[in-house]
Amino acid sequence: MRSLVVPALIQFLLFLLIAPLVTGILRTMKARLQTRRGPAIWQPYRDLHKLLRKGMVIPDTASWLFSATPYVVFLTAAIVGLMIPMVVTVAPLSLFGGVLAVVYLLALGRFFMALGGLDAGTPFGGLGSSREMTISAIAEPALMLAIFTVAVSANSTNLTDMAKFAVSQNWRFLAPSQILAFGALFIVLIAETGRIPVDNPATHLELTMIHEAMVLEYSGPYLALIEWGASLKQLVLMTLLVNTFFPFGLSRDWTALGVTAGMGFYLIKLLLLCCFIALVETTNAKMRLFRVPELLAVAFILGALALISTFVF
Amino acid sequence: MNSALTGYAFFGGLLAYGVGAIAGLLASGKPRLARALCCSFALLGGLLEIGACGLSLLGSVGTHWDISAGVPFLVYGFRLDALSTYFNLILSVLATAVSTYSLGYLRSLGETKPAGLLGFFYNLLLLSLTAVFTASNAFFFLIAWEVMALASYCLISYEHRHQATRRAGILYFVMSHAGTCCLWVGFLLLTSRAGRLDFASFATVAASLTGPWQVAIFLFFFAGFGVKSGIIPLHIWLPEAHPVAPSNISALMSGIVIKTGIYGMARVFFEFLGVPPLWAGMLVLIVGVVSALLGVLYALMEHDLKRLLAYHSIENIGIILIGFGAALMFISLNQPRLAAIALIAGLYHTMNHAIFKCLLFLGAGSVVNAAKTRNMEEMGGLIRRMPQTALGFLIGAIAISGLPPLNGFVSEWLTYQALLAGFSTTEPLTRILFPLAGALLALTAALAATCFVKAFGITFLALPRSESAEHAQESGLSMLTGMVVLALACVVLGLGATLFLPVFDGITGSLLGTRISGDLIAAGGLALTSGSIRGGTVSPAGIAALFVIVSVFPSLLWLIWGRKTKRSVGPTWDCGLPGLTAENEYTAFAFSKPLRMIFAALYQPQREIEAEYEVSPYYPKAIRFESEIEPTFEKRLYDPIREFILAIANRMRTIQAGSIHAYLAYIFVTLIVLLLWGVRS
Repeated sequence: MRSLVVPALIQFLLFLLIAPLVTGILRTMKARLQTRRGPAIWQPYRDLHKLLRKGMVIPDTASWLFSATPYVVFLTAAIVGLMIPMVVTVAPLSLFGGVLAVVYLLALGRFFMALGGLDAGTPFGGLGSSREMTISAIAEPALMLAIFTVAVSANSTNLTDMAKFAVSQNWRFLAPSQILAFGALFIVLIAETGRIPVDNPATHLELTMIHEAMVLEYSGPYLALIEWGASLKQLVLMTLLVNTFFPFGLSRDWTALGVTAGMGFYLIKLLLLCCFIALVETTNAKMRLFRVPELLAVAFILGALALISTFVF
Repeated sequence: MNSALTGYAFFGGLLAYGVGAIAGLLASGKPRLARALCCSFALLGGLLEIGACGLSLLGSVGTHWDISAGVPFLVYGFRLDALSTYFNLILSVLATAVSTYSLGYLRSLGETKPAGLLGFFYNLLLLSLTAVFTASNAFFFLIAWEVMALASYCLISYEHRHQATRRAGILYFVMSHAGTCCLWVGFLLLTSRAGRLDFASFATVAASLTGPWQVAIFLFFFAGFGVKSGIIPLHIWLPEAHPVAPSNISALMSGIVIKTGIYGMARVFFEFLGVPPLWAGMLVLIVGVVSALLGVLYALMEHDLKRLLAYHSIENIGIILIGFGAALMFISLNQPRLAAIALIAGLYHTMNHAIFKCLLFLGAGSVVNAAKTRNMEEMGGLIRRMPQTALGFLIGAIAISGLPPLNGFVSEWLTYQALLAGFSTTEPLTRILFPLAGALLALTAALAATCFVKAFGITFLALPRSESAEHAQESGLSMLTGMVVLALACVVLGLGATLFLPVFDGITGSLLGTRISGDLIAAGGLALTSGSIRGGTVSPAGIAALFVIVSVFPSLLWLIWGRKTKRSVGPTWDCGLPGLTAENEYTAFAFSKPLRMIFAALYQPQREIEAEYEVSPYYPKAIRFESEIEPTFEKRLYDPIREFILAIANRMRTIQAGSIHAYLAYIFVTLIVLLLWGVRS
């Protein structure tokens, strides 16, 4: 029991603490690339702290679902964080669900977020919900194909087993199937976390917004939970990406030394991925909404090619 | 002892349905009495059948009773083997819930409608469904099948004063009989091989079936049962017929009547067919994927709440067939263990879909009753006016979207695992089919979630969009009780999946010769696995527990800061305009707009806008907007067939002179010819 609870607690806290930091780092990197100074990388923590203490206004048209949504969004992202390997190959609660459970739990959070957007009754909420559900739906087949590619090599959908397999073949990411799958998953990551060219996380009150439109009516502690949940989800997907394809430095067990060393490697890998995302965001313009399906079709084709190449090569 | 008790419960249940039917006819002059009698007897019948199935599962599996009719080929044979027990269990759970619901629902329909007649056909439907699921003789099976078709036809046409209802009824009637025709041919082919009509002898000749016989039998049964279960392209009757029936009947139709097709396929494909060729499994798999995807895509375009749910039935039948198709392929590839996993996935989804679809239809029934319309665009805000119904519908929506930890997730997870296992074990050309099916299943599930965000959000959330939605009232106790039973079943079948899996041992044991539920359960019943612990695990109960445990953290935040924050209720932001009204809200039509544009190639949407203005076109006085999507299958496939049939019918009018004498002569001549034919051979 202790061997289960302690790692779970450690990983839970690590995820909670690092998630806002990654958001902050991404913002700062983007600002620097655009030759702005940008806020400090600690700004998301300050925002969360501020929001948690602020008062909130609940729309008079909303029901209990409006209040339940922030909790569901936060909890699903936090629970998913316990199922994926972060610094150690053995995810604390990988028995409770593999990569399929991860995808579907995130979908549960999205389901409630979209309902929360509709509940306030403003046209913006509905607009955001509609777009969010549409884009994530057409991102799903690409995501599944990429996941299948990796799962087929490891012969498991269990993330601990997938990580163990990956660790045993550190240079496997050079295989064509893995490169293609990485490409597919990266596009899905961009779409799912609402980054340019699919959505603009810095936008507010524009008709192009997606995520921001859904959370428009939220304020105070509820908004804090949603923002924290969103950054958790982003970190979860990024972790999935770096640890499945680049398993370097994943510790084999939960020892103090292993965790510390794994943590170092993990942060470096995350930082590199952040650089990459910031570069993509800075060098691309936001797409029109109806161009997004084309991007996701590219991801789907990459995923299908990845799968085919697992038995061709 | 046990099997005798099973018999008492089983026939007691049949008797209760029968008495309920007759009571409905006798008391048709007194609607209140008829309602009470019909629903109570149906409820009693459902409970007794649950008892019979429970006893059967506990040990007397395979009990059978034969009542000879004195005619050589007709035996009224009932058999409660593992598969029959399973489907009868689904039926009786639904019968119990729907009968409870109907007590209140029929009252709300008003006194003007003939409640006794509805009660008669309702009980007759339950009786014939039980017979279909338990018949062990082909002839008796077809009789029960026909009674079921006719009873459901009468129930669909219940509100026959509307022309749409009559048209839907006729369409159902024609399609259903075309299907039955295929079944007759299929059974005759089987009989000519087996020499007898009972199911047991079909099973014994299964191993010797090969070549064209097997192909013909497979195709006829697939088409025949496919019409009933609503696979694409044989589905066109389903979205017409299910919504026009009274809602308690729609719930039964979508919940269990279409599952008779699934039962038939399970029975024939896995017991009577031997080892099918590989392409047969691939065909079923592909039809499953296409039905699932197109079903949900058409559902997304619907704003009629009940039609939307009907299209989702097509989608879920598709998901079930993905499991069945994979299982058939594994049988051809001689992988019985994998076939068992795929079959369990399909059968589990059959149970799950029956329960959550029934729940959703009952919820829709309450909503339609309260809001006096089936159009979602005129609903809204009902979560405040009908909180319990809304919660029930929400649980159903989460379950049907396949989201954890409810039951829909479990069966979809098993389906994915079967597909994944298929990729690792098969030949290169066929193996690519499995992950593609998996990817499209993922798309289907995500689109279903989108559709139910729309259905729930537009129907229940925000402001009411019409007068009657504004004055909607929560439904009565019996209607809520019926929904509570099903909502609980959704939760139990999700969280308690590992406890439920051993039920399938009998089925896979008799059909495939393997009992694998033990391999699917790991960690002392906490988690499901995909046949081995290394393949992947999931624990719906564990996930549910995690929700409780992890919520400690937000509670802590709330204790530290949240408690002290000011919480006020204010108006929704309205862009500075005076007051937000229901007209500002996003509509169901707008919600599905992005998908209509993305899949324009499928929908072929056509729209027409007319604006009236006085001075400048930027300030219109009134705008009329019309949009419709092309009903592809009706237009491209069925219209030519219909015209062809009508053309032939026109020619044949020359021999249809309207004189009885001529008709008698035709019959007489036909009889003579047939007799001569018989003597000759």
